[in-house]
Amino acid sequence: MSRLEVNTPSRAQAVVESLYKDVERRIAASPPGLCPVDMALNFLTLCHAQTCGKCVPCRIGLGQLKNLLTDVLEDRATMETLRTIEETAEIIVSSADCAIGTSAAELVLRGVRGFRDDYVEHIQNHRCLGSLENPVPCVALCPAGVDIPGYVALIHEGRYADAVRLIRKDNPFPTACAYICEHPCEARCRRNMIDDPINIRGLKRFAVDNAGELPPPTLAAPTGKKVAVIGGGPGGLSAAYYLAIMGHAVTVYEKRQRLGGMLRYGIPNYRLPREKLDQEINYILSTGIQVKTGVTVGEDVSFEDLRQEYDSLYIAIGAHTDKKIGIEGEESEGVLSAVEMLRNIGDDRMPDFTGKRVVVVGGGNVAMDVTRSAIRLGASRVTCVYRRREADMTALPEEVHGAVAEGADLLTLHAPLRIESDENGKAVALWVQPQIIGEIDKGGRPRPNKADLPERRLEADLIIVAIGQGVETYGFERSVPIRHGAIDATSSSQLKDVSGVFAGGDCVTGPATVIRAIAAGKVAAANIDEYLGFRHIIDSDVVIPNPRFDNKPPHGRVNTSERDAAERKGDFHCIECGMTLEGALQESSRCLRCDHFGYGVFKGGRKERW
Amino acid sequence: MVKLTIDGKTVEAREGCTILEAARSAGIPVPSLCYLKDINEIGACRLCLVEIQGIDRLVPSCNNVVEEGMVVYTNSPRVRKARRINMELLLSQHDCRCATCVRSGNCTLQSLANDLNIYALPYQSEIPVGRWNRKAPLIKHASKCIKCMRCVQVCDKVQSLGIWDVSGTGSRTSVDVSFNRKIEDADCAYCGQCVTHCPTGALRERDDTMDVFAALADPEITTVVQIAPAVRAAWGEYFGMPRETASAKRLAATLRKIGFDYVFDTNFSADLTIMEEGSEFVERFTHKEEYAWPMFTSCCPGWVRFLRSQFPELTDNLSTAKSPQQMFGAVTKSYFAQKIGVDPHKLFLVSIMPCVAKKSECALPNMNDACGDPDVDVVLTTRELVRMIRSEHIVPQALTEEEFDSPLGTGTGAAVIFGATGGVMDAALRSAYFLITGRNPDPDSFTQVRGMEGWKEAVFHIPGAGAVRVAVVSGLGNARRLLKAIRKGSVSYDFVEVMACPGGCAGGGGQPIHDGCELAEDRGNELWRLDHNAQLRFSHENPEIQALYAEFLEKPLSEKSHHLLHTDHHAWEMPVSGRKIKEERAHVS
Repeated sequence: MSRLEVNTPSRAQAVVESLYKDVERRIAASPPGLCPVDMALNFLTLCHAQTCGKCVPCRIGLGQLKNLLTDVLEDRATMETLRTIEETAEIIVSSADCAIGTSAAELVLRGVRGFRDDYVEHIQNHRCLGSLENPVPCVALCPAGVDIPGYVALIHEGRYADAVRLIRKDNPFPTACAYICEHPCEARCRRNMIDDPINIRGLKRFAVDNAGELPPPTLAAPTGKKVAVIGGGPGGLSAAYYLAIMGHAVTVYEKRQRLGGMLRYGIPNYRLPREKLDQEINYILSTGIQVKTGVTVGEDVSFEDLRQEYDSLYIAIGAHTDKKIGIEGEESEGVLSAVEMLRNIGDDRMPDFTGKRVVVVGGGNVAMDVTRSAIRLGASRVTCVYRRREADMTALPEEVHGAVAEGADLLTLHAPLRIESDENGKAVALWVQPQIIGEIDKGGRPRPNKADLPERRLEADLIIVAIGQGVETYGFERSVPIRHGAIDATSSSQLKDVSGVFAGGDCVTGPATVIRAIAAGKVAAANIDEYLGFRHIIDSDVVIPNPRFDNKPPHGRVNTSERDAAERKGDFHCIECGMTLEGALQESSRCLRCDHFGYGVFKGGRKERW
Repeated sequence: MVKLTIDGKTVEAREGCTILEAARSAGIPVPSLCYLKDINEIGACRLCLVEIQGIDRLVPSCNNVVEEGMVVYTNSPRVRKARRINMELLLSQHDCRCATCVRSGNCTLQSLANDLNIYALPYQSEIPVGRWNRKAPLIKHASKCIKCMRCVQVCDKVQSLGIWDVSGTGSRTSVDVSFNRKIEDADCAYCGQCVTHCPTGALRERDDTMDVFAALADPEITTVVQIAPAVRAAWGEYFGMPRETASAKRLAATLRKIGFDYVFDTNFSADLTIMEEGSEFVERFTHKEEYAWPMFTSCCPGWVRFLRSQFPELTDNLSTAKSPQQMFGAVTKSYFAQKIGVDPHKLFLVSIMPCVAKKSECALPNMNDACGDPDVDVVLTTRELVRMIRSEHIVPQALTEEEFDSPLGTGTGAAVIFGATGGVMDAALRSAYFLITGRNPDPDSFTQVRGMEGWKEAVFHIPGAGAVRVAVVSGLGNARRLLKAIRKGSVSYDFVEVMACPGGCAGGGGQPIHDGCELAEDRGNELWRLDHNAQLRFSHENPEIQALYAEFLEKPLSEKSHHLLHTDHHAWEMPVSGRKIKEERAHVS
């Protein structure tokens, strides 16, 4: 018998550990719509298995809560049961000895309060409010509802043009999305239950890069109706594209010199090459859409005139105004907004940052875009200042890592205090206050609090503010309803009390993602068509390959690679390298075809037309 | 064509054919439970699993297609084991007290379990408990539902009503009325197609046979029974009788043996319907601007419920004529009661119908025109009729044919075809032609409206009246397509026959069930054969009808006719439609 021993986990424990990982991924892949009461019961069962067994509320109480929740689900409960659940959970929270018990009961309590309707429906009507609305996770989570299993199968068969045609049924920006979509589709990919989600965006990029040129879409007979789209970004152009296919005469009014909106004036070339964007826009315009660039609605032409001239309007003006930090010295020379900087780059007016010390304020994707652009523009040092931790940044982790690899400094847990300027009013430094991370807020993010540390001075020639954007409502406020600084439109893109006028995308939701703007454009097109008295069908004649029976054992995910940081930081060329044919074949074979296997073959597996 | 090997046999199948179809057409049976060709190919029950060489997992054969060179085993030890365990799992959640099940002996679950030689279950029994209004015409037993989803699919894809839906999630997933409604609050047409496509006893009609036995046992009560046209084409199926043996006259003998005092034929009132509805059509057709067009038949209660809930704005297009069942009831408790000198309140009228919806039709609040009581007391489906015969231990094959009673026992060939799609139209046109021209057409002049196609149309020229544009649809999905087309203005007709069940009453939801077989066409052909061989083939030539008008009603559309034989379709309400609920929910969100 030795006095001390090195702990080595047993074989059983090692397997259990790996099962924990599997369960974690499984929870991540949970389909939307499950009965919350049932899920609460099953979480509780897991929690109860973890009890150490020492103290009463946790050892016995959690078990009794399980019984009570089971009664609810098995139609044996009354409203009294619900009261008992709530009381018992409350007492466990306040009387269990450790977090195993308190957090488990807390979980039940949050449910009883958060989805009480579900409990009551079970108790009083013996029914469940849960239901699986759309069983194919990727399609359900794509705002535009693109037929992902369909195009992944097409890619596997080498039918890249068909894949692109299928995507265009729901999304006229396959290329832009192939390069920069935030791919919400991957989040709950059922493949998570086995290994990792399919690299859907990477596969789409392989398809668009290899599809070749496609003939323009077929248009429906002209309807004689005229529609104006205000804003030539992804949302406006999506609406314009589908409306044109439906046979309506569409004119796009764009304030800037060129089309593309944030795709051009927000997203740098190294993420979405301009020639790719131009090709995509040209394809959309091949439907005969009229374009008026350099025209600001509300100044050059009035909104009311457009209402007179057109049968319907779609407002998709985005969110292009910059938000100010609101600190002293913000008006100094050398302080600029991310929007302004990226806009200039979009119009090919490249600023020269050679030798300059640049400080970027913000932690979102736009902050990363300006950080990485600043490096490419020759800055000698770029520091990105953020008041929370790196883990709390809203930017995609790969963007943050990319920026760091290219030489950016991250200064997290520092909040901007004031801008110091010289006698000419030129900014020379940003003063920041160190922060300490604090309590978790309602949104689940920890709040930064002032730390007991002295202020710091960051020397800077240029300070770029990237803390968010707003909607430019000037010129519209008298004609359309505005709420919380954005246009007030319904989920069907309609404006209340302004007949024939629709709005969607960032100008309604505030700054969001490209795919959400595209989805809003699609919704608007359908509802405008309906408003004009039509019901045109958008569909695709692409035949989806039969699912294959190949074995799909756990298998690594093929990730796309990037050019070397040292090389790419010197130019604005695309940083991402596409998949190889070998990689695309392997990655597409991992798709589980949830459109066919599982619930998809019964209901909601494929929406062939809209 | 694709060449593959199934159980060592080289098989050729067309491209895109499922493995199941390929095997079955090569004479290799593959068991299946949830599968319903073209309607439910979802691989839920996992009984049609097969093993494919080179593929690890077992594959459901119902929804996966053949590939060139595929080597398939339908009965390997692994397949047998999987099939058996999956069946045992299904049975662990199924109320297996087969002795008290209406489908015992005609249950696919039961016969497959028997085939698999399962006599004990290794699993704990956990039978779901459901709640259901046992007074509804349609009954669902959650304890017997195997969640095959056939009812959901038939109602969605064939009938376009979406009454059934998946309810609950996870392990508690079940099938229930959509939008968390109760059946009595749903826009269900009560067509019963979900019942005839259920592989188990989970769905059935409300059993009303005990009420009938009670009436038969009561010496104070005079019992009268009517037999719908389509019943005669199907009632003998259970007894293994060929259609010629299972005649209406043998059924009359059987019912008399059961103890009914008067055995009549709904064919009589089908002829009466033609007189009223045909005259109504001629009246509308000659005063076009006063009516809504086209005129719809009103004899199918499933269709009437459908129209009232889905297209309420077209209610006035329905003929005001009651259905033959209800006309029969009204005449029985007035004219007939008078004739035999019996208090109509002491008459008990039973209808034998191929239909579940008839149960709700006879219970409508305004179907009581003759004496204030319901004109029809009880409706039994063909299946309940069979159960009555069985419980009386009658061997119908052993009985000699007997005539129907008079005066409500005679029907023409034009009446018997009411049970087949196109029959009402055919019969109506025969008499309308006569009413307009004063002479009979060739009874086979209108054959374009016959046959199994879901949506038929034709134009007939009637001298003196011009072109009559007609359409015939069966199946409510087809009815919806037609109504949408009418509403859109892309089609235009004068007279439209609609039957809720595909193929008409011959394929009715109250007919005997043969899992996986659609018998509407066979039964329909029998009805057309009966018409072809009939002495009289025109409703207006039915002598008992002529007598009824002479003695009692005067003439079609007379005041008395209006009172007894016509109805106000607005006098009752249908629950709001599921589609409307869906639209409203979408609007709210």
